[in-house]
Amino acid sequence: MNNIKFKVQSSKFKAQILKNKLTIVGGFLIIFLILTALFAPFIAPYDAKEQNLYEGLNPPDYQHPFGKDRLGRDILSRIVYGSRISLLVGIVVVSVSASIGIIIGSISGYIGGRIDEIIMRLCDIVLAFPGILLAIAIMSILGPSLSNVIIALCAMGWVSYARLIRGQILSLREREFVLAIEAIGGSSARIIIKHLLPNVASSVIVEATFGMAGAIVAEAGLSFLGLGVQPPHPSWGSMLNEGRLFLLIAPHLTIFPGFAIMVTVMGFNFVGDGIRDLTDVKRQ
Amino acid sequence: MKNYITKRLLLFFPVVIGVMTFVFFMIHLVPGDPVELMLGENAMDSDRERLRTDLGLNKPIINQYLTFMFNAFKGDLGRSIHSKMPVFTVIAERFPSTIELALCAIFVAVIISIPLGVIAAYKQKSIFDNGSMVISLFGISMPSFWLGPILIIIFSIKFGWLPVSGRGGISYIILPSITLGTALSAILTRMTRSSMLDCLKEEYVSTARAKGLSEKVVIIKHALANAMIPIITIVGLQSGALLSGAIITETIFSWPGIGRLTIQAINTRDYPLLQGCVLIIALSYVTVNLLTDILYAYFDPRIKYE
Repeated sequence: MNNIKFKVQSSKFKAQILKNKLTIVGGFLIIFLILTALFAPFIAPYDAKEQNLYEGLNPPDYQHPFGKDRLGRDILSRIVYGSRISLLVGIVVVSVSASIGIIIGSISGYIGGRIDEIIMRLCDIVLAFPGILLAIAIMSILGPSLSNVIIALCAMGWVSYARLIRGQILSLREREFVLAIEAIGGSSARIIIKHLLPNVASSVIVEATFGMAGAIVAEAGLSFLGLGVQPPHPSWGSMLNEGRLFLLIAPHLTIFPGFAIMVTVMGFNFVGDGIRDLTDVKRQ
Repeated sequence: MKNYITKRLLLFFPVVIGVMTFVFFMIHLVPGDPVELMLGENAMDSDRERLRTDLGLNKPIINQYLTFMFNAFKGDLGRSIHSKMPVFTVIAERFPSTIELALCAIFVAVIISIPLGVIAAYKQKSIFDNGSMVISLFGISMPSFWLGPILIIIFSIKFGWLPVSGRGGISYIILPSITLGTALSAILTRMTRSSMLDCLKEEYVSTARAKGLSEKVVIIKHALANAMIPIITIVGLQSGALLSGAIITETIFSWPGIGRLTIQAINTRDYPLLQGCVLIIALSYVTVNLLTDILYAYFDPRIKYE
């Protein structure tokens, strides 16, 4: 019976997703990004690090549709390879942040009391740093590198998951099905893992989708400020940072990497919006 | 109400202490010797010792911590390594520029988003509604470090209408405000729309219509007036976040505010100045949030602290 109900719900969900055109567009953009990152060596027309100083800052032409950068490297190839860094940062930051946030949020929400108070005050302190300020502060301590970008973004990313999970578990733990399992002697770990977390999965998925967009923008922002991924690695943000110096004579250095960031972020935002609308009963 | 404000204030002070503690440890978490990082490898031993003494790094850590906290509460954040001026003075010189930029960004966001959100809600499911929602999704997805340079390419380089960078008259603030205000404008458009949709369904709106009032009066005086509470809250909460966005915007437009000062402090390894910038931005943000929460509770008596 439950299986049939699940199948009906699942097919309804699929049908509703297909109705939402923006979600489909977003899905295609994400698939495109993943395929580009996976098959970068086959898609990129040139080596992303190959320099040709005589052709530095060349505008777009037939052979190099996005033009060349200061050191004569093909911008299209660098954008293709840059998708690997963006996707890697997005996936690692979201996975680590969500895992930490889920563990801390579950403990905080289920156990409550003094532990909950301490964890929530810690979250308040992290949230006292607006936007990427905390990441900037951490990067100024650790120094610029890809692994440090991931550490800095995880240090600020776990809080949103912890607060989300804690809030939902606080309301779920008083529900009859939880009280019933407690009454028959179910352990706290079993209740959290088997019964509470599956109930909050949809909210975590929505948060993770927006989190991917946030992590990609944050990495690009840090690299733009010179605090993130360092040359010669092709990060979209550091390409924009380099482009800023040549806005007057070579605007193509800025236009194309920024467009790649916007399209990628838009993809995740479209999908996140679509899933949120479908899982939010109030909106329906 | 009093209870709510007391509880909210009680939560505010541990956060302030926590932020100050993090800022204190920033200099101690730097891998290696912070004095060597600040002065470089070739600095003379006497200079190193002098800086170590000036920063109090030769004292036990607990003494350093208590001195830092005590001085910070008095407004003494130490001296900048490079300009030798008190950090508080350097920041106080730059802070008004950032406030000016943030206020202009809020102005840009409000004048775009409220009419757009109201019309989108009034003409729900129309082309205008769908179009404005798609535009707002574009706005949210467009990073400021791309939008800023694109605006410079179009309005400064291509048409030559506006200056590329710096601070001067009104013309200098237009592009930075649009860059900083676009994301807020997108968020506010969506918020205004959803808040207006809720209000338009209320019985008092039907009553106003039944009384024969014009649609303009119904929308502005009855629906929008009530929809404004959550909108003002979002403006309040997001205006604190603009301080962080200002770091990137000020860097793009060479705007002489606290955001650019933060990046300059990082690039010159001026740790006392960097600590001061991070502390002031974070404290301004939590203070704005506190005031927003209190004002929200004041305007909406249903709010109480759970």
